[in-house]
Amino acid sequence: MTTTTKSVAPASDYKPDDSGRLLEVDNLFVEFHTAEGVAKAINGVSFDLHQGETLAILGESGSGKSVTAQAIMGILDMPPAVIPSGAIRYCGQDLLTMPEDQRRRARGPEISMIFQDALSSLNPTFPVGWQIGEMFRQHRGMNKSDAYAQAVRLMERVAIPGAKDRVKNYPHQFSGGMRQRIMIAMAIALDPAVLIADEPTTALDVTVQAQIMALLAELQEERQMGLILITHDLGVVADVADRASVMYAGRIVAQAGIEDLYARPAHPYTRGLLESIPRLDQKGQTLAAIGGLPPNLTRIPPGCAFNPRCRMAQDICRTDVPELRHVANQDSACHFAEEVLNG
Amino acid sequence: MTDSLAVSVQPTAGEDVGEARSLAQDAWRSLRKNKIFWISVTLITAFVLMAVWPSLFTRTDPTFGDINNVRDTPSGAHIFGTDGQGYDIFARTIYGARASIIVGILTSLTTLIVGGVVGIVAGFYGGWIDAVVSRITDIFFAIPLLLGGILFMASFPNNPQSTPYLVIVGKVVLTLTIFGWPSIARLMRSSVLQVKPNEYVLAARALGASPLRIIRSHILPNALAPAIVVSTINLGGFIVAEATLSFLGIGLTPPAISWGVAISDALVAVRTYPHILLFPSLFLSLAVLAFILLGDAVRDAFDPKSR
Amino acid sequence: MGKYIVRRLLQMIPVVLGATFIIFAMVFALPGDPTAGKCGERPCSPEFVAKFREEHNLNDPLPVQYGKYLGKFVQGDLGTNYYGIPVKDDLAKRYTITGRLALMAIAFEAIIGILAGVLAGVRKGRFIDNLVTVSTLFVISIPVFVIGVLLQYLFGIKWGLFPATVPSLEASTWSLVLPAFVLGSLSIAYVARLTRTNLVENLRADYVRTAAAKGLTKSRAVGVHTLRNSLIPVVTFIGADFGGLLGGAIVTERIFNIQGVGGYIWKGINSRDGVAVVSAVTVLVIVYLLVNLLVDLLYGVLDPRISHD
Repeated sequence: MTTTTKSVAPASDYKPDDSGRLLEVDNLFVEFHTAEGVAKAINGVSFDLHQGETLAILGESGSGKSVTAQAIMGILDMPPAVIPSGAIRYCGQDLLTMPEDQRRRARGPEISMIFQDALSSLNPTFPVGWQIGEMFRQHRGMNKSDAYAQAVRLMERVAIPGAKDRVKNYPHQFSGGMRQRIMIAMAIALDPAVLIADEPTTALDVTVQAQIMALLAELQEERQMGLILITHDLGVVADVADRASVMYAGRIVAQAGIEDLYARPAHPYTRGLLESIPRLDQKGQTLAAIGGLPPNLTRIPPGCAFNPRCRMAQDICRTDVPELRHVANQDSACHFAEEVLNG
Repeated sequence: MTDSLAVSVQPTAGEDVGEARSLAQDAWRSLRKNKIFWISVTLITAFVLMAVWPSLFTRTDPTFGDINNVRDTPSGAHIFGTDGQGYDIFARTIYGARASIIVGILTSLTTLIVGGVVGIVAGFYGGWIDAVVSRITDIFFAIPLLLGGILFMASFPNNPQSTPYLVIVGKVVLTLTIFGWPSIARLMRSSVLQVKPNEYVLAARALGASPLRIIRSHILPNALAPAIVVSTINLGGFIVAEATLSFLGIGLTPPAISWGVAISDALVAVRTYPHILLFPSLFLSLAVLAFILLGDAVRDAFDPKSR
Repeated sequence: MGKYIVRRLLQMIPVVLGATFIIFAMVFALPGDPTAGKCGERPCSPEFVAKFREEHNLNDPLPVQYGKYLGKFVQGDLGTNYYGIPVKDDLAKRYTITGRLALMAIAFEAIIGILAGVLAGVRKGRFIDNLVTVSTLFVISIPVFVIGVLLQYLFGIKWGLFPATVPSLEASTWSLVLPAFVLGSLSIAYVARLTRTNLVENLRADYVRTAAAKGLTKSRAVGVHTLRNSLIPVVTFIGADFGGLLGGAIVTERIFNIQGVGGYIWKGINSRDGVAVVSAVTVLVIVYLLVNLLVDLLYGVLDPRISHD
């Protein structure tokens, strides 16, 4: 009970295919039907995730990265959200067409998620150990005291000092970093194959950010999870991620191995994001920021959605939507990907 | 301790004044589109007109009792029928608005002023002033409104024949104010406590602004909205309380004309002549409803979360 | 916790003193002659009046009367009313029946109010939500005494489903159902609205999203994770409302002819029986304050963010 990292899990109904592919998002669309009109939050997103892989999804707020995560988890409020087409296959089975009860059972043991603000994401009126233990009680039918013992084990695993004494404390009695550790403990409780972390460090201090990222990387390595790391902060993921997808206005506009993405961006938006990170070696220079704002999702401009903010925009960018295509070891949805890559 | 919760749960509750102003503009924009807001405003306007200028609505004399036409059901001559004394119910219902509307509006205003001042003083100055003022508030809070109202009205009874109308109405307003202000004071105090620790208030203090100025330009704009909303909703409650006192025979009494008096007269004969009860009750309920809906609409406009 | 209770109880002392003094002063001002009608048809003899006034300290100035009354009160002597019957005996009987009435009204508030609020909140915007919203507004805008008389007429007299009046002090629970429902009707409506509002707000909270992400069933996400938070303000409301309930009992008991505290106070006022009124109301205020303390303690249990240290 002390240092074993795996809890006794029942045999899973889900097996990844031979290539180790866990998750396959296929041409996904998500819309929000509101009084102000239809907001097209996700417009044909496709990507996959393998065992032991860390995929970063990057983008500004409103780019659709959190909606993608919630669509995978199946926790979008429908309505107002509508999924007109697309598939999300987990180990070959489409989560979107699966009976709701079967899908619910997969949340936690198969796919799990942690959120940005642990204070509001944890229930303020129950002890943290109770909330972690709930995973075991509800999914495994464990009794209360065993579930508490499991909670202590997990809290020790995520390095919460004095876990045994603090298991009955309430969320507000922990610091921000400790709360996020509790969130993580809860998410990994049932050994999920896929873990989605939605802005896991945004609400934290810089020093704590690094610790949490290190913990996530360590757990991912140890359990060979597929990890989806959603963030707007390019600095956070550089050391951790294997691949990155950049989202803009509900599409993936660039996709590459993490080194290629940083070293040789093939999309003007990616380049803009990289240029807006402050760097010590460029001290004194003006920080480049991308001008303008992300588009209103009820009125996405025709052609390339990024064209109003793009320095390189030509006529074709205002009429034709660029497809995601392969350009030198990576994917880019830009009519002028080669020029960006070389320029 | 309730206050500590409010502070810890809503750390961003007090926006700065600039934001508060744009918040008011936003609120107005969403109010304008709210059908219920316009319905309640229309109803309230109608009732206020009735209270101020009843002859606009009816030419019938509400004090003329037609002995030959007692308890008539609605007809062309008396569209709401006549009551036990042969009075025209429509005319009595129109003239009856005055008492309810005066009591409702005046009591809401006085409780807002008394409770507001007390709450601001307690919240703003804190320390022993707060301790003393809060205990006094507790004392009045401990006496339920209706119970206090009954005791007060019974202790200082009216003489229906000689006490002037306005004195009787004033007495009802006074007694409802005495026992009605503490809820506003508590609300105001906790609003002030929420706003006070904000940096712009601290800055104003550091710059040597006088307490009055800080209260007027920083505390009031943020703390007043919830108090006004609650006062508006309370208004309906005061109208009902007035009617209840009349029902018990210690509020307004005949020959004064009021909905409460009409309702309690009608209740005696409800089994055989329900129409006598229907119309004054309907008007009273519509008035109460109008103020509750107005308060709800304004609160929703200021607090989009609750929609 | 213990310290907190002691501090709250100490704070209650000036509140009880202040509230009872206000009540005493109002009752002191009650007009009319308390000896009227005490001696049959004839006016009472001057000797009787003098003795009566002496016995009840009616010749002392107000603060002295209050002090003398209070001295007896803390020794558990609630005095005798003007008919010579010890108020304590009377009150015990009457508080039993009013207490039962109030508890039943609170049970109605909690059961019907919370149930209606939860149904409306969970099915926000649907038929049941609109039904609850409209019917609660309906109840709130009609004075309780109108509701009382109408229900008494319909259920008690016309259809004969419930007893129309409850004159006995040993009333059965069944016979109190209708009066308790009337007494609680306004609060049932408020509880339903409050529950709905809080539930709707909390259902949007992040931790409800977490509950979904944990693979919990919808009913568990609502029933366990949302309801507890949503009911905290409802509990506070029910506690604070207790005073209003006791005040409302005067009206309800009058309609249904119940021999409770409300009726006792009402009769005391009309017969200028100061001691009876003051004692009844003082006990009422103390009960009310104790209930509020209890609610605050419960608040700490329900919401761990509140500490009573």
